[in-house]
Amino acid sequence: MANADTDQSVYYVPHSGWYPVVLALGLMLTVTGLASWLNDTKAGEPHTWTQSIIGFAMVAFVLYCWFAKVIAENQQGLANEQLKRSYVWGMGWFIFSEVMFFAAFFGALFYTRSIAVAWLGGEGAKGIVGDYLWPEFDATWPVMSNPDATAFPGPAENMKAPSVSSWYAYLPFWNTAILLFSSVTIHWAHSAIKANNRKKLIGWLLFTVVLGIIFVGLQIEEYVIAYTQMGLTLDSGIYGSTFFLLTGFHGFHVTLGTIILIVQLYRAIKGHFNSQDCFGFEAASWYWHFVDVVWVGLFIFVYVL
Amino acid sequence: MSEVIHAGQQDDHHDDHHDHGPDKGLARWLFTTNHKDIGTLYLWFSFAMFLVGGVMALVIRTELFQPGLQFVNPEFFNQMTTNHGLIMVFGAIMPAFVGLANWLVPMQVGAPDMALPRMNNLSFWILPFAFGIMISTLFMEGGGPNFGWTFYAPLSTTYAPDSVTFFIFAVHLMGASSIMGSINIIATILNMRAPGMTLMKMPLFIWTWLITAYLLIAVMPVLAGAVTMMLFDIHFGTSFFNAAGGGDPVMFQHIFWFFGHPEVYIMILPAFGVISHIIPAFARKTLFGYDSMVYAVASIAFLSFIVWAHHMFTVGMPLAGQLFFMYTTMLIAIPTGVKVFNWTATMWRGSMTFETPMLFAIAFVVLFTIGGFSGLMLAITPVDYQYHDTYFVVAHFHYVLVPGALFSIIAAVYFWFPKWTGKMYNETLGKLHFWLSFIGVNITFFPQHFSGLAGMPRRIPDYPLQFADFNMVSSVGAFIFGFSQLFFLYVIIHGIRSGTPAKARAWEGAKGLEWTLPSPAPYHSFTHPPKVTDEEVHA
Amino acid sequence: MKQRISLAGGLLSLLMAGVATADELNLRPGVTDISQQVYDLHMIILVICVFIGIAVFGVMFWSVIHHRRSAGYEAAKFHESTKLELAWTIVPTLILIGMAIPATQVLVAMYDTGGEDMTVEVRGYQWKWQYKYLDDDYNNTFSFFSNMATTQDEIQNRSAKGENYLLEVDNPLRIPSNRKVRFLVTSEDVIHAWWVPDFGIKRDAVPGMLNELWTVVEEPGIYRGQCTELCGKDHGFMPVVVEVMEEADFDAWYAEEVANESVRQEALSKTFTHEELMEQGEEVYGTFCASCHQPNGQGLPPVFPSLVGSPYIVGPRDDHIKMVIEGVPGTAMQAFGRQLDAAQLAAVVHYERHSWGNDSDDITQPRDVIELSGE
Ligand code: HEA
Ligand code: HEA
Ligand code: HEC
Ligand code: CUA
Ligand SMILES: [Cu+2]
Repeated sequence: MANADTDQSVYYVPHSGWYPVVLALGLMLTVTGLASWLNDTKAGEPHTWTQSIIGFAMVAFVLYCWFAKVIAENQQGLANEQLKRSYVWGMGWFIFSEVMFFAAFFGALFYTRSIAVAWLGGEGAKGIVGDYLWPEFDATWPVMSNPDATAFPGPAENMKAPSVSSWYAYLPFWNTAILLFSSVTIHWAHSAIKANNRKKLIGWLLFTVVLGIIFVGLQIEEYVIAYTQMGLTLDSGIYGSTFFLLTGFHGFHVTLGTIILIVQLYRAIKGHFNSQDCFGFEAASWYWHFVDVVWVGLFIFVYVL
Repeated sequence: MSEVIHAGQQDDHHDDHHDHGPDKGLARWLFTTNHKDIGTLYLWFSFAMFLVGGVMALVIRTELFQPGLQFVNPEFFNQMTTNHGLIMVFGAIMPAFVGLANWLVPMQVGAPDMALPRMNNLSFWILPFAFGIMISTLFMEGGGPNFGWTFYAPLSTTYAPDSVTFFIFAVHLMGASSIMGSINIIATILNMRAPGMTLMKMPLFIWTWLITAYLLIAVMPVLAGAVTMMLFDIHFGTSFFNAAGGGDPVMFQHIFWFFGHPEVYIMILPAFGVISHIIPAFARKTLFGYDSMVYAVASIAFLSFIVWAHHMFTVGMPLAGQLFFMYTTMLIAIPTGVKVFNWTATMWRGSMTFETPMLFAIAFVVLFTIGGFSGLMLAITPVDYQYHDTYFVVAHFHYVLVPGALFSIIAAVYFWFPKWTGKMYNETLGKLHFWLSFIGVNITFFPQHFSGLAGMPRRIPDYPLQFADFNMVSSVGAFIFGFSQLFFLYVIIHGIRSGTPAKARAWEGAKGLEWTLPSPAPYHSFTHPPKVTDEEVHA
Repeated sequence: MKQRISLAGGLLSLLMAGVATADELNLRPGVTDISQQVYDLHMIILVICVFIGIAVFGVMFWSVIHHRRSAGYEAAKFHESTKLELAWTIVPTLILIGMAIPATQVLVAMYDTGGEDMTVEVRGYQWKWQYKYLDDDYNNTFSFFSNMATTQDEIQNRSAKGENYLLEVDNPLRIPSNRKVRFLVTSEDVIHAWWVPDFGIKRDAVPGMLNELWTVVEEPGIYRGQCTELCGKDHGFMPVVVEVMEEADFDAWYAEEVANESVRQEALSKTFTHEELMEQGEEVYGTFCASCHQPNGQGLPPVFPSLVGSPYIVGPRDDHIKMVIEGVPGTAMQAFGRQLDAAQLAAVVHYERHSWGNDSDDITQPRDVIELSGE
């Protein structure tokens, strides 16, 4: 079978395949199912998840096949250096798009916090807004009492960081520490690959996955506390809105990142990586560093400042 | 196994690489990983969407033919305006440019295909589903999106029909498609160039798309963020766009236009690239000022991130903000002017002929510039108070979008048609199409400047009597223009069916690697990197 | 074809230049100092653009006509010129600076709020305007709604359209001439925009937010504009009409309105007859409800429900009253308790319960409404 498909000087163009179109179909089923579910829930009508689950199963299945195939192709030596560079560019720009997704929510945080809430509270260039329309409302951050306190009762407590000396009792601080440390462990795992030390690689990778899971667990714990004890919910006004969307999407990304790492762990155990060829792992680790950096931004702007 | 093959690699695999040609029948289009097939899919899809969006425009123009309500009720009219805008922007113009990129990028940089062929297919196939969702909203209870293509909250949140949830997910899907498409294009351009094609030797279409792709990756996620916040405001009780909970409806506009303004340049930069190929080809003269063309595109892209609030001069920003956005917006005239002047200087003392692509290109330069001038007028904040949300704005953006973006796409189709199909279209028919379009587009949109200045608001199904004459003229023009595009379809099909065979270099003045390939281009463009000569690329 | 291209180009430049001269094709100079300045600025920029256009297109068409192969012209070889490129970067920059200076001046003048003689709150509703005349402490002295007066018959082409088709209202905003009037613009539901072209002012009405505007008009008269932000179904039917009165006339009118206000307050404690309620109710219904529920009460299902035999109307009256007072959040059905007073609410509820075949046997009085509004 001496054809050009395995010729390293030739860029590998895969044969046609059914993955993309089925994936697109699956996505469509997932989101339309979700949309119907949301609308029915809102209208108080009977609602089901069935369609979304079928769609999502399709998506998951295709992704599984797709990645398995790409990995297999790589194992067969079909992927030349140039193709690997394409993956590098692809992953890099994908992460950039994620950065911009978070930028939208950070933008919303900065805008409401320093512009909208100030105006509503009668401060700043358009303080007249608050003076005339919302005389009762005072601008503070976190916003504990909203302009219209009947429609949006504010939270009873918020997540803001206490003074540094009492951070030992402050959950988000420990979460920060865990996530930062996981960035270090994944780096050690990477060093292990470069030294072709598979045992160490598996060890540190496993450690990172565990840290990721702990982080998500603690995040869930924090949400439970917020909802049950602090009255801090999605509908408790702009503080809750920005808090939950920023931390929520971050948590979602950590979860994704953890799943990706688990896949890499599995591959590491199967012995897919060596010091020359470990892009799958590297991509996962960049993603992990990225969610880490986002968290640092979150910790500073959502919790501390 | 790979070692064995490594040893055997040399000369002859050129031929046996062609072992995977196209599949047969429908499977070819559903499962393809080939950049040309995908390009073709994009182009036909966008043309279909153009007809759908165009029919909606005709509904609008029919209702506005005379004062009074005749054909549709105001609620449906709003749905038509909204969907016309959305479908034209996201369904017609953007996919058409992605289609052109798919066809041309590998051929122009000397690559076998796009960098990530399977993902390429995914990017495309998401689109029909996304637009399927969007168009189906029109048939849902309560009607489809009716809040304008800019979907300002709270009209699009608290006061929206239920179908808005579907609309939101459709936007998410379109965004995913655009982002993957752009990643692919960037990876292809940065990674797949034939040896010797340095960045400053790349064809301008490649440069403009590189920068466009970057803009897309930067702003589509922001749009996704905006619709996600809407979703949460609608279904989960958050208050991003509700002052009662400490948010601000105006924040929606800031986020939207942070996406929206770069978006309009996404629709024009590749057009600049196309025109920069066509004018030199038919002037038989090298493009004037290649370097400054590149820098101009880069500056426009950079500036596009810091001008967004010129769409919001009337929302009541503090004075300093108004001034900042006015000044930055005005600055865009400078790099854009550089481009217009360079095209003019390319024509100057050329040896010009006026085949259909050239006619569309010249019309582009003139009419786009007129649209640019009205844009500059809109940028002057105190005067924008009078223009804002009137038909003057409608006239402005149709001038930059229809004889701008759309004409460039049509020009590109005529220009590269021989390369794609191996056939020549009929020149007489092409010219006829041009003149019908040129006359139609001006009859449609020029009078809108006047109705706008006289004070006619946008997005109204009925209007005071003083605007009657101009609206009638505009409606007549819309039908002329619309049916000339059906004629375009005819010219294309006629060309595919019974065109005369085309030479490899179909236009004697055309330069670029794609013209070194036979016509029609082989299924896999350059299985081996071509030699990049100064003849073919800018040097 | 040579002629065709140049003809088309010539026509276009002519059209552009035509704008500058013909009156009905151009922006209105308006009646205030500001609108005049805006007009002048518009003209400066338009003329500059037309000139640049003529120059650029002139050069282009010159070469289209002369540098064509059919005329035997050989292509030159040049493809860059640093001097030229610098020139066409610098000259536009200078032109733009020339535009920015007057633009900044006008804008700064527009932002010169303060020193006003009176303040009016302008509040947008789907699909009408409310004007509140405020005293020095921002308290409401009196207020009224301004609804479009054009009839459905005109809109549906069943009768001839009047001169001010779509630009006429029942109660125009009234302001005095020669005094600085300040407007606080806001909205009750979605974003609207308040625009009077002849004053050169337009500002968005954003719910929960507030914008400031001001004007001084010298010339008494009636000035007309429209809502200019898409605000839903009847966005096109939401005119802005301002009547500028001689100062003395305005003061007299103002005093009368203040007096009327106290009469309105008295009505709240009166008891009305069925006929009185029906008469008043029909009027209120016509201006406030008919746009959605239609004059015949049939509505436009599924979005706007029919009121004929509606559960609210056959059911207990208190639910009906409450529904009208509180509206249905998240739908177009607004909380009319914030727009209508108890006498109007009582009348419209009574009217609905006794019209289009609805025939309940109760009578609704203002006090019934007051009891339920809980304030
Ligand atoms: C392809 C799309 C496209 C392009 C290229 C542009 C280009 C420009 N646009 Fe436009 N615009 C839109 C699409 C586009 N626009 C759309 C869709 C809307 C409406 C959205 C909505 O509300 O629905 C809009 C609205 C819009 C507004 C908001 C109006 C309002 O709502 O009140 C403004 C205001 O500043 C504006 C400005 C400009 C400017 C300054 C340019 C500049 O880039 C133009 C620069 C070009 C030139 C100036 C001509 C060539 C230059 C020379 C020959 C040099 C010499 C010239 C001088 C020194 C004057 N545009
Ligand atoms: C991006 C590109 C784009 C394009 C190409 C067009 C093309 C056209 N547009 Fe579009 N338009 C927008 C983008 C575009 N528009 C946007 C963004 C808005 C703002 C929306 C908003 O306010 O939210 C807008 C709004 C808009 C309005 C204002 C509506 C309002 O404010 O209420 C009008 C009114 O005249 C209009 C007219 C037209 C016309 C006549 C065309 C013509 O060029 C169309 C010509 C094409 C055809 C007519 C198709 C040919 C088909 C046939 C002839 C029938 C064949 C039938 C079958 C095959 C079944 N457009
Ligand atoms: C802008 C549109 C609009 C206007 C104006 C309006 N309504 Fe409604 N109305 C609605 C909508 C929409 C509903 C349905 C709300 C829902 O989803 O339950 C409704 C519901 C009702 C109902 C309940 C009917 C039913 O069967 O559910 C009554 C009663 C009612 N309106 C009375 C009035 C009165 C009285 C006025 C005028 C003072 C008025 N409406 C003005 C839009 C409007
Ligand atoms: Cu109110 Cu448009
Ligand atoms: Cu813009």
